[in-house]
Amino acid sequence: MDTGFHFQVIWDNMAHFMIGRYPSGPVGGLLLTLYLAVVSCILSFFGGMILGLLCVSRNRLIRYATLAFVNAVRGIPLLMVIFWMYFLLPWLLGRPAPESWTVIAALTLFTSAYMSQIVQAGIESIPRGQMEAALSTGLGHNQAMLYIILPQALRNMIPSFVNQFVSLIKDTSLAFIVGVSELTHVATQVNNRTMVYPTEIFAFIAVLYFILCFALTELSRWLERRLAWRKSI
Amino acid sequence: MSGYEFDWSVITSGQYFWWLVSGVEITVKLSLVSIVLAFLLGLLIAILRMSPLGPVRWVAVGYLEFFRNTPLLVQIFFWYFGSYKILPLFLNDWLNRHDFEFASAVIALTIYTSAFIAEDIRSGIRSIPKEQMEAARSSGFSYVRAMQYIILPQAVRITIPPLISQFLNLTKNSSLAMTIGVAELTYQARQVESYTFKGFEAFTAATLVYLVISVVITVMVTVYDRKVLNPIGMR
Repeated sequence: MDTGFHFQVIWDNMAHFMIGRYPSGPVGGLLLTLYLAVVSCILSFFGGMILGLLCVSRNRLIRYATLAFVNAVRGIPLLMVIFWMYFLLPWLLGRPAPESWTVIAALTLFTSAYMSQIVQAGIESIPRGQMEAALSTGLGHNQAMLYIILPQALRNMIPSFVNQFVSLIKDTSLAFIVGVSELTHVATQVNNRTMVYPTEIFAFIAVLYFILCFALTELSRWLERRLAWRKSI
Repeated sequence: MSGYEFDWSVITSGQYFWWLVSGVEITVKLSLVSIVLAFLLGLLIAILRMSPLGPVRWVAVGYLEFFRNTPLLVQIFFWYFGSYKILPLFLNDWLNRHDFEFASAVIALTIYTSAFIAEDIRSGIRSIPKEQMEAARSSGFSYVRAMQYIILPQAVRITIPPLISQFLNLTKNSSLAMTIGVAELTYQARQVESYTFKGFEAFTAATLVYLVISVVITVMVTVYDRKVLNPIGMR
């Protein structure tokens, strides 16, 4: 058996890894991975914000119901959430849904649950006196939350949000399971076609994911240091 | 979904029930084997990460950063499809004669989780005041012995809650082993679905099992936190 490494296969399929079959077919590869991650990130920012605010609601019923929901989503594997969406989305929409929607819906739901915890912690990190001061100047509770607490809390949350985005990029690889042709799926396709270069192919995409995620992790660490520095002066 | 008829008997008795039970068994087995190995490997990496020797530290940092910043699924595929080129021949032979799918899943889950555990252990160790190390060294312990007898026993106690959470993550992550044909819980739920078209029932059952596991583990962390780490209610 030939056990040498042959990286030619990577160069030959580079366009496929990067953009899939585009422009002759749908977008795929790394570009689709980024698209799935960015769209899900934006949606789960709002999802996490809503769930996070409901988690600190003054209404006990709303608070407990939201916490139960968030913890239930956090308690099951993402793969399960994807399968649920695969069944539920066509039923909710009343017509067949594209696989990429299934994945975006699942990633959004899953990440929103984690983001809500960040939002909750961010809100709780703001001293209670701020809310009291805001209320005493005549703002309502919701106004105080929206204009006084949240803007300050959001700044503290930025590093955690970036980390969550890194998780999201890694999680998009699960789109493979419903046949969305993002980077991991493209890699398995190239592997099935070429047969004898699995080590090279999977090492290559691992490095691609690594470069992307490591750069963002470093960004988050830098933001965290900057934030600590700003607080110290 | 009009016309879907629920039939819970499919998953509460008979053949399909036993498929799910065997799935739970494999999930538990896969998670337990991997968490033990991941703990040992994570401990080793954490110690290397704090080594006084620069190059040793860099290798440990490289390991941590690489495996934390790469999707688990890609790592599973790498070990399952691609490991034959980098593992020694005798190990390949041995793996091929045994359950190669299970072994690949264990390798990937162990390495992935060990990178997270190493960071948890490191923050546990760093939370021990450095005077402890200095006092141990000055009373004649070598660096390794001081680690072994003074620092690690205290650090492990603090690290147990994050370790239990890592075990929970590992259990959830073990669902990815289905992609290479390990017949764990998610795999079996999908099998039941494709044989009976009773997807709702099968996935409800699997979801409930995962939820029960998470609730049990979360309760364990809370109890440990309250009884062991913080017995008199101080913060």
